[in-house]
Amino acid sequence: MLDNAEGYVTEDGRKIGGVVMEMKNITLRFGGVVAIKDISFDIREGEIRAIIGPNGAGKSSMLNVISGFYVPQEGEVWFHGAKRPQMRPFEVAQQGIARTFQNIALFEGMSVLDNVMTGRLGYMKTNIFQQALWKGKAESEEVENREAVEKMIDFLEIQHIRKTPVSRLPYGLKKRVELARALAAEPKLLLLDEPMAGMNVEEKEDMSRFILDVNDEFGTTIALIEHDMGVVMDLSDRVVVMDYGKKIGDGTPDEVRNNQEVIDAYLGVSHD
Amino acid sequence: MFYREAGDFKTSYTADSQTFPIKFDRYRYYAVLAVAFGIIPFIINDYWANALLLPFLIYAIAAIGLNILVGYCGQVSLGTGGFMAVGAYACYKLMTAFPDVSMFIHVILAGGITAIVGVLFGLPSLRIKGFYLAVATLAAQFFLVWLFNRVPWFYNYSASGQINSPERDVFGIVITGPNASAWATYLFCLIFLTLCAILARNLTRGTTGRKWMAIRDMDIAAEIIGVNPLKAKLTAFAVSSFFVGIAGALFFSVYLGAVEVGEVFGIQKSFLVLFMVIIGGLGSIFGSFAGAAFLVLLPVVLKVVGVDVLGWPTDIVAHLQLVIVGALIVMFLILEPHGLAQLWRVAKEKLRLWPFPH
Repeated sequence: MLDNAEGYVTEDGRKIGGVVMEMKNITLRFGGVVAIKDISFDIREGEIRAIIGPNGAGKSSMLNVISGFYVPQEGEVWFHGAKRPQMRPFEVAQQGIARTFQNIALFEGMSVLDNVMTGRLGYMKTNIFQQALWKGKAESEEVENREAVEKMIDFLEIQHIRKTPVSRLPYGLKKRVELARALAAEPKLLLLDEPMAGMNVEEKEDMSRFILDVNDEFGTTIALIEHDMGVVMDLSDRVVVMDYGKKIGDGTPDEVRNNQEVIDAYLGVSHD
Repeated sequence: MFYREAGDFKTSYTADSQTFPIKFDRYRYYAVLAVAFGIIPFIINDYWANALLLPFLIYAIAAIGLNILVGYCGQVSLGTGGFMAVGAYACYKLMTAFPDVSMFIHVILAGGITAIVGVLFGLPSLRIKGFYLAVATLAAQFFLVWLFNRVPWFYNYSASGQINSPERDVFGIVITGPNASAWATYLFCLIFLTLCAILARNLTRGTTGRKWMAIRDMDIAAEIIGVNPLKAKLTAFAVSSFFVGIAGALFFSVYLGAVEVGEVFGIQKSFLVLFMVIIGGLGSIFGSFAGAAFLVLLPVVLKVVGVDVLGWPTDIVAHLQLVIVGALIVMFLILEPHGLAQLWRVAKEKLRLWPFPH
């Protein structure tokens, strides 16, 4: 690990710290299908790191490896300078990694407030007996965490739908609530799986602004998958490009844009 | 008119998250408590206690228990009858082994024992879901009834194979046995119901409830935000079985007095409590009350109307009862799949705007 501790300064003057998460030679197979083939990359503190690639390139699988859904057959995941043992997804969450899903995974039967409150589960320390009594510890804990949640609700501008059941919300707002739930955990690393899928231009602009604000105000490290190239190139500090489970490019948006292999993967190669 | 939140501003998160945020609701709740504790015990007689109030109170406890498992945590269970039997037999063994201990403690301990048994039978839920889990809990139902039938230790080697509730008291007031008075048994069950409802409400509005509901709505997402599915499901089984066990203990010791396990705690009981939960409303404490009231009250009302008012023969009314109750259940599920609790919510929405609907 060469410049782990150092980091770099972005064009717009943000300081990027050392390596937070490092994927080393990850290979993931489903039976005979190789979803990810020997991929290594790192994510630095405070950075917005994008993973792009055509459909079926293995981007979501990569995110699922990071969040513990898939266990890679080969390779290591390093988090905060230590090799991560095999973990269940809820243990990964307890380490401070939160995520959103490509197709929204909210709790439909609960209100927006309750959904966002679930993001604070890691901070709830009372046991079931204290909660059954409610008065005292459980109640004060509830109020404390409610304050933190209200900050996120303000931040994402969803105050007006606080008590609405999630199942009644339109798609764009659901995406925002899901982001609020992930943020309520105050994660060290936030994984966003296509946060702008299925949105119109205005909603995309809103979401981009939120992502930049999150990174700016809370200093959260973000790894995101996105198909909209304009958004990716504008938002991210560094980009990993995948195709057919292999890494074909890694670098700043400009570097990636001019990479011949990446151009070939996206535009196709003429065979004559 | 009365039922509105206008002008009732909440200035703290505590006030905002209370059980009855609307003032009228709160007063209604206190009024119901006052009547239940302060007036009914003085006017109650044996008929009302045995035909209506005791079964309602006890089934409401069981329905709250099952609602936590099915309605809040989304784990289908058909083993309620079996778990009620565990509560009943645990209570019986405790009553006969420690005759001097207060009934209060016996009933709570019986609930605790049922919670442990419930966790054991809840273990398969970690691997299987939905209908398959229902079948697994069905196995619990049949196994437990078989166990209490076949192992004489459970019924203290009595010749009939039945268990009979001996006379026991709380603070010198006789609660069980033939000499118990109606008001005492009523109050005893009412206290348990009130406590159970408050505990259930506290659990479901806080962190534990959110974990359960997260597992119910989407277990993958629940795990990704840090819910340990093993812990969440097993606590749901434990809490649910605790309440169901208390209901079973009361059903045997206070209400029936003598129990033959296959008859009283058979599969019909599991379905009856499940119907209460579904008709009342899944995922609602109020729904558990409403469902229990509906299914306890309806047969009595039909009998009164048929036999006493219309003067029909008893056997015809008894058959009609089954037909009508069954038809009503089907009708209900078609018209309002979310149960009585949803009807109540809709009524409240309307009340908030009444008499100016726009």
